[in-house]
Amino acid sequence: MSVPRFWRRLKNLYNLIGTHCKKCGGFYYPPRNMCPRCRRNGVIVPFKYKGTGEVVTFTIVHSAAKDYAMLTPYILAIIKLDEGPRLTSQVICSHEDIHIGMKVKSAFRKLGEESDRGMIYYGTKFIPLEN
Amino acid sequence: MSVGIVSYGVYIPRYRIKVEEIAKVWGANANSIIDGLMVYEKSVPDMDEDTITIAVEAARYAINRAGINPQKIGALYTGSESHPYAVKPSSTVVAEAVGATPDLTLADFEFACKAGTAAIQTCMGMVDSDMIELGMAIGSDVSQGAPGDALEYTAAAGGVAYIIGKKNQVAKIESTYSFTTDTPDFWRREGMPYPEHGGRFTGEPGYFKHVTSAAQGLMKRMGTKPSDYDYAVFHQPNGKFPTRVAKMLGFTNEQIKPGLVVPRLGNTYSGSCMMGLAATLDIAKPEDRIFMTSFGSGAGSDAFSFEVTDKIEKIRNGAPSVEKMLANPVYINYATYARHKGKIKL
Repeated sequence: MSVPRFWRRLKNLYNLIGTHCKKCGGFYYPPRNMCPRCRRNGVIVPFKYKGTGEVVTFTIVHSAAKDYAMLTPYILAIIKLDEGPRLTSQVICSHEDIHIGMKVKSAFRKLGEESDRGMIYYGTKFIPLEN
Repeated sequence: MSVGIVSYGVYIPRYRIKVEEIAKVWGANANSIIDGLMVYEKSVPDMDEDTITIAVEAARYAINRAGINPQKIGALYTGSESHPYAVKPSSTVVAEAVGATPDLTLADFEFACKAGTAAIQTCMGMVDSDMIELGMAIGSDVSQGAPGDALEYTAAAGGVAYIIGKKNQVAKIESTYSFTTDTPDFWRREGMPYPEHGGRFTGEPGYFKHVTSAAQGLMKRMGTKPSDYDYAVFHQPNGKFPTRVAKMLGFTNEQIKPGLVVPRLGNTYSGSCMMGLAATLDIAKPEDRIFMTSFGSGAGSDAFSFEVTDKIEKIRNGAPSVEKMLANPVYINYATYARHKGKIKL
């Protein structure tokens, strides 16, 4: 991820800020500039998600790209937020505990870094709700 | 002075390593170390946690505990000796992540283990002079101890955030006093991964001289004595130092007991003393008085006198207590600890 690209998405990554269409009631994450249902008639506004949801499905990554090698084996899941949108994120918990339907909440973590000399990227991952 | 603590939040990573596990690797006598340090285990950050992520979690809990509007925070200071960047503030990330930007001033503080209490004092001045309505002071660290060094048994991870203001105080800050000299008892040079220290030199001319001088200086200024306080908190590099300094000053073991978190947590450096204060606020009753003195190598101490108000009851359960954060730890072995702390490079 380049620095400008990260900077443009920073608020979305830090605080789960997506969008909401006031016309049809749709919720979107990552944010959309246009409502995919209402098209030009939609009224899109920023929306901050509560950060709670549940695991729709997951996998355990044992063989990762170089930047994530230190984290293996890690859990990568599709999370359905309580407001509706689905997103892909790491879930930080024991591999024995992870399961479909698990209630989760957002946590502020390092998402990655560009070597020892580069930027550190921060943002949202998920942890079990009962933590 | 009409300023006080409006809210507070703490964060402690879930992972712990026991002193026995570290001692086993270096062929040391664990019982002797435990007896000497009065520390049984320490917190360890996850591989994707650092000073900034810990500061953000503590700051969010502080905001949520009292339902604070983050846009009213006019200053935010993060004290740490393990800022992830040498140049680029940790505080900008924290402020953005808690929704306090852009109408505020911020900076990172560094003064070994007392950068967080220096941040409290800065916020006090700005609030008292009406420059700002609310100030946030954070102490957060993922402290470093070189493999095999005595510090490795105690250097832990954790963070604490205090919101300072005039309205809705849960603890009034009655007064503060600092004692500072140039005493090179502990340092880390630019670019070096681990700190160096003067061994026993960190004790008498460092910790004990500064903590006793600041504490006695504040009590002399206020005309108070140890028996006027219900609780006391002193910087906790280990369990032995705060216990001994409390006795030297005339405080009892009962007064320091609620805030003595180091045996199960380790030394969270910039968060150490502030964590003890948070643990004490977790159980304090209205009108209780709390005495606190931090210590930062290099060296200096900040002493504070607090009086708890009846508003503490309203916000107490708005965020996790220190005890809840200490509960249900996940114990790891030295190899996993080495991965978490970045001691293994790929």
